[in-house]
Amino acid sequence: MSNRIQDWFASQKQTRKFHPSWIVMVVVITLAVATVVWFSTQQLEKDLAQEETHPSADGAPLTTGHEQPLDASLQGTQASSDAPLQNGTPSSGQAESGLQRAVFVPPDPDSIPAGEFGDAIRLGRNIFNDTQTYARAYVGNGLNCVNCHLDEGRKADSAPLWAAYVMYPAYRQKNHKVNSYEDRLSGCFRFSMNGKAPPPGSKELIALTSYSFWLAQGAPTGVELAGRGYPNLESPAQTPDIQRGQAVFEANCAICHGADGQGTQAKGRYVFPPLWGRNSFNGGAGMSKDSNAAGFIKANMPLGQGGILSNQQAWDVAKFMNSHSRPPDPRTLKQ
Amino acid sequence: MHRIKANCAKLMLPNEPLVRICALIGLLALALGSTHVNADEAAGAALAQKGAPGVLACVACHGAKGEGQAAAGFPRLAGQNQAYLEKQLQNFASGKRANPQMAPIASGLKPEQIKAVAAYYAGLPEWKPATATSPSTPEYKLGEILATKGKWRDGMPACFACHAAGGTGVAPHFPSIAGQPRNYTAAQLLAWQSDLRSNDPQNLMKSVAVKLTKAEIAAVSLYLENPAATGKGE
Repeated sequence: MSNRIQDWFASQKQTRKFHPSWIVMVVVITLAVATVVWFSTQQLEKDLAQEETHPSADGAPLTTGHEQPLDASLQGTQASSDAPLQNGTPSSGQAESGLQRAVFVPPDPDSIPAGEFGDAIRLGRNIFNDTQTYARAYVGNGLNCVNCHLDEGRKADSAPLWAAYVMYPAYRQKNHKVNSYEDRLSGCFRFSMNGKAPPPGSKELIALTSYSFWLAQGAPTGVELAGRGYPNLESPAQTPDIQRGQAVFEANCAICHGADGQGTQAKGRYVFPPLWGRNSFNGGAGMSKDSNAAGFIKANMPLGQGGILSNQQAWDVAKFMNSHSRPPDPRTLKQ
Repeated sequence: MHRIKANCAKLMLPNEPLVRICALIGLLALALGSTHVNADEAAGAALAQKGAPGVLACVACHGAKGEGQAAAGFPRLAGQNQAYLEKQLQNFASGKRANPQMAPIASGLKPEQIKAVAAYYAGLPEWKPATATSPSTPEYKLGEILATKGKWRDGMPACFACHAAGGTGVAPHFPSIAGQPRNYTAAQLLAWQSDLRSNDPQNLMKSVAVKLTKAEIAAVSLYLENPAATGKGE
């Protein structure tokens, strides 16, 4: 067979009317063109598919109840404007309204003083809101403090700084010692920011402490203020379930945090933070405990719609979030 | 087969003109492929500038460069993300977003025309902060606080918490809101408040709009028309 082809090849070549290499060339060109066309259509299909994987979620509005008042603990928060607790007058509002929970109101950002102390407060506020820029060296993930402490660390039920500041120094089970407020801040950097603690006395810790101190002015020292930390949710009726949590996630959270939970960026910066994976908080962070996550989610998520999820949904989606892998707790890595 | 391949290789290698022709044709094919990708935008440009039978040209209301029309409150389209533009056109056509001006136009477009015109406007340059110093009136300042910090005492997050620092948007769901005519932004916020517009995903805009007063809507719309370059969100 191959001999015959060779002969034919040679004879064709000799006649010089038809150079046999043309056949090879035509085949090669056809293949090349086909490959190029195939690639571009493939790319086009991929682009189309990508657009379609983001269904316009308004096809299925999740609930209409978002304007209803939140649960009891959050109603107290809303009532705060009626009975503000500011500059050292904690008892009057509480005593009069009895059951109503007065919430401390931190000072207005416009009232940050001028001068060097004011500069430290402002730096602390900047670090808090844009940790990626102002404390880059101590951050090991894609988060900013403000991701979990909403409204610049001011919002009740979102672990506000003013409520934390007045509770230190305190003994903590987490590290079995009496912690200063700086120690507490360092913990955030190690665990929630998956980074390393700024050294004691560093300008970052002094700035964050200054900002917290300024926010807490007028609050009573050593008194657990309403709105501290995240609300303690009652245990759900059903054991938290990852699959139900996934459904909650897809309907409520994925639009911002991404279907893969990896957050969403614009112009190279996270607008919505990653919830798991290497750019998220590590296994030692408070948020990696389902109870904390459920409380935060119930009170604050989706952003601006806090309270629309049921307790069960909050527990389920917290469990789902924390069922994914994340950087390990650095304490478990110790030799 | 092996020998044929070897023979061909031998024949082809010294034959330089053939190799050149091969390369030329290959390049031609590549060029054709890339123009194919841009065909969408070219068709979109034609549609935007000249319209189609029964479809008014976009430039008639949205400006020659898609910059919008401030006085009439026609929105800026240039640099807006493509998925958002497509969705709005689909919603105008289906009536999900009610708008007497846009409904007949969007209904007159075929799906591929919607895609093309959205791609065209998405490809135009996005809004850039004005070089002139931004106004510092109390209304503008109030708008800046609402856009960059929100109004958390009423549970309202900052505009920029979802629309990105500077309001440049986060594709595909969160459109750019920077540089929009204030009349447009204000009209949309009022429409969400009163359920005249309800095509926002998960009621996200409705839940924000109901927390704003009329004065705050005016202020934030004024600010977003020309957000300060320093205006960073959370």
